[in-house]
Formats: sequence, structure tokens, C-alpha cells
Amino acid sequence: MVNPDEIRRRIEVALPGARVEVADTTGAGDHFEVQVAAPGFAGKGLVEQHQLVYGALGTLMHEIHALSLRTSAS
Amino acid sequence: MADVLEEIQGEIRDNKVVLYMKGTPSFPMCGFSAATVKVLREIGAPFKAVDVLAEPEKREAIKEYSNWPTIPQLYVDGKFVGGCDIVREMHGRGELAPLIRSAVQAA
Repeated sequence: MVNPDEIRRRIEVALPGARVEVADTTGAGDHFEVQVAAPGFAGKGLVEQHQLVYGALGTLMHEIHALSLRTSAS
Repeated sequence: MADVLEEIQGEIRDNKVVLYMKGTPSFPMCGFSAATVKVLREIGAPFKAVDVLAEPEKREAIKEYSNWPTIPQLYVDGKFVGGCDIVREMHGRGELAPLIRSAVQAA
């Protein structure tokens, strides 16, 4: 059971200035849709942007069953 | 662990398009894997599918290989392209089909 605020917090800590939206898509605390717009993504490809988010989430990734991710630089 | 990494390197080197997925193209066992197969079928290029549910050791090794924590994973021309989100986003922008076709035609 992962708390959406914890997802948001970890991403904001790792990516200063990021705008983060987190939606629990089933209410069960393990299926999430996350959108991240971060200046730190500028000039980076999608793979790298997503890896930065996965890195920020760290161990949470083991508890999250499904994570749909959309990232952008602005 | 080393031999499974060698096996992965061989699969990625010897096939222009490789999809590591849960289940098989005809019986995907996860929504994200199924959605990725759908995109590849829309593009119509042949691809090698690897069912990581049948090979648990490979399921973990592939995540280390690409520094990517989830399945499915798509590789084109020896390079990691992305998981379901990126594959669908690239396909939506019309970037995936040319990438795959040029790799397959270059064979």
C-alpha cells in the first residue's frame, strides 16, 4: 500500500522545481498514474527522464505493481 | 548471473527487434505487455518475444542490464527503446515505426 503523497515527495526531492501529479488508479495503493514536468528533464530523452523518476522512487518501485508515467521538460 | 546476461546480450545482438514481456504475443499476461505487442503488430515488423515469466532469472537480469525496473522492455537494433509508456508515446508521435523499419530493412 503506497501513499501517493510519498511518491510525490520523493520525486520533488529528487527533481527540484518539478510539478508532480499522482493518481491512484484503483484505490488499492499499487496502481498509479504519474505525470512529472521538471526543468531538470530539459535536453534528456524519455528513457533518461523516466529513469530519473524510477531512481527517485527507489524501493517504492518494489511495492508499486503498475506505474504509468508521463514526463516532460516544462 | 553471468550466463543469463550473456544470453540477453546474444538475444539483443542477434535480433533487430526484441520484446521482453510477461507471457507471449498471443497470450500476454499483463496489460502493459499486451499494449506493447499491439503497437508492434500495428507497425507490422517481425520481433522476437522473450517471456520473462518463463525465465525468472532473466526477468531480474534484464532490469539490471538496462537499469530499467519494469517489464515490458523493447530493444531495437541493439538499443533499449523503452517500456510500454515510451513505446506508446513514440508510436503516437510516429517516431517508432520509422525507427523499427529502418533497423529491420538494414538487416
